Amino acid sequence: MSATAPLKIVAVSAGLSSPSSTRLLADRLAGAARERLEAGQDRRVDVRVVELRDLAVDIANNLVTGFPPRALKEAVEAVTEADGLIAVTPVFTASYSGLFKSFFDLIDHTALTGKPVVLAATGGTARHSLVLEHALRPLFAYLRAVTLPTSVYAASEDWGSSGDEYTEGLPSRIQRAGGELASAVLGRTVSGASGAPGPDDGEDVVVPFEQQLAGLRLD
Amino acid sequence: MQFGIFTVGDVTTDPTTGRAPSEHERIKATIEIALKAEEVGLDVFATGEHHNPPFVPSSPTTTLGYVAARTEKLILSTSTTLITTNDPVKIAEDYATLQHLADGRVDLMMGRGNTGPVYPWFGKDIRQGIPMAIENYALLHRLWREDVVDWEGKFRTPLQSFTATPRPLDGVPPFVWHGSIRSPEIAEQAAYYGDGFFHNNIFWPMEHTEKMVRLYRRRFAHYGHGTEEQAIVGLGGQVFMRKNSQDAVREFRPYFDNAPVYGHGPSLEDFTEQTPLTVGSPQEVIERTLTFRESVGDYQRQLFLMDHAGLPLKTVLEQLDILGEEVVPVLREEFARLRPAGVPESPVHPAVTAAREAAAAIKATSAASVTEEV
Repeated sequence: MSATAPLKIVAVSAGLSSPSSTRLLADRLAGAARERLEAGQDRRVDVRVVELRDLAVDIANNLVTGFPPRALKEAVEAVTEADGLIAVTPVFTASYSGLFKSFFDLIDHTALTGKPVVLAATGGTARHSLVLEHALRPLFAYLRAVTLPTSVYAASEDWGSSGDEYTEGLPSRIQRAGGELASAVLGRTVSGASGAPGPDDGEDVVVPFEQQLAGLRLD
Repeated sequence: MQFGIFTVGDVTTDPTTGRAPSEHERIKATIEIALKAEEVGLDVFATGEHHNPPFVPSSPTTTLGYVAARTEKLILSTSTTLITTNDPVKIAEDYATLQHLADGRVDLMMGRGNTGPVYPWFGKDIRQGIPMAIENYALLHRLWREDVVDWEGKFRTPLQSFTATPRPLDGVPPFVWHGSIRSPEIAEQAAYYGDGFFHNNIFWPMEHTEKMVRLYRRRFAHYGHGTEEQAIVGLGGQVFMRKNSQDAVREFRPYFDNAPVYGHGPSLEDFTEQTPLTVGSPQEVIERTLTFRESVGDYQRQLFLMDHAGLPLKTVLEQLDILGEEVVPVLREEFARLRPAGVPESPVHPAVTAAREAAAAIKATSAASVTEEV
């Protein structure tokens, strides 16, 4: 990565209505991250939101055929190439939505290795807030992404209330998560991190045949 | 360049009638399809190998032996032979026998099989698929080239002073293709031995096929078998044709929409755009197929999948008539015209070449005698 290339923040929103509170939360988190990134260094910050609703049929088709249609391929590339990721899902039946999971099912399991991720979810009731910890965090742990400590849950009432004696309000939680993402992205651009290569990274990735044979201890 | 067909051997309900052929009907239909391939002038017939329903071809050399007895020119091949779950010793014996019976008209395509539960039925484990493909083929390669083999490996009992019989016809083993869609290890394996590489691209975007073939060509040259252009490449294809494009689309759509692999997924139009599937007039099939060489370079073998998704035998035979009479003759001419010098011909056994030369000589002699009589 060159020092002048823009920093890429990608937010994945699995909201289904338009406008949706899931999309709104994704936008707010991306905005908070952008603000902190722009304050901390000189590089431009590109924010892109991937709306899974627009890709719903492509996602289903990829599950059936095994390869992504063009728009989906491009969205997956945006996610895997992002410097920082924001993943937001509505809570459906006590977990992330099926569409959200299906999208991440289509990403190579090594492609998010080391990537900083903010986890976020929306729901009609605050009683589901731990879905972030018992569903989303294990999913991204499996993908070896670096999930940031602050995850953001927005229940319906959070949009119109401030914090209480136990919790900060939604805006300050968003600020905190955006700040954590910005710090992780800036730290990572120094240390670097990358996923393992897959077959589509193609031609330069090959284990020489002698080595494959040697692995079997054959003549 | 060789043109032919490959069959999976699935028993699939015809979605337009709700009727599925019996296994007996399907096996007999496979024979008729192979005979038709020879009749319409195709070069190759290849059968899959499967050991689970809804597929019938569990015993490919039985089927190919039967076809060999009833054909003269057709090259008999596989798509694919399971180099993982089969004992390489048995592959060596079966296909060498077939090679003798068919006077050299035999080659094979190695594949691994992607159905997990099948492996344990043969005492194997799918997680060892690639190592098994590598070890088993390394043994097979020796069994066909060395009269007496001492061998020890991970996946079968050791061999001491073992001779695989019969020896290959005239001491020349059947040509081997390695088929893989996604595994660079297999492209590498094909390149290492200087064998052929077949990419069954029918369900995949062409840019993926392009990458795999490029890797194989580059490694083929790396191992000193020739230039990248001299590597031996085969591709799949999938077509449905009628004189009028709209008729082809209308007739094929219910089969597409309910097909076992991609049915109930993308639209026919999307899938046609994203993969090599071509549904239309013979001319459209010709034009599409000619574009393949632009992606992978000039290649040696083009196999089409024609009998699948529950298409009735009558329709398949009609398709083969169109393929053999209207499409392949034009493709032969065009591919030959476009092919630069130095790109190798499709590999055939020397016995086949000799038989062809003998047939050509007889033809020339009789033509000459006809001339004399006049």
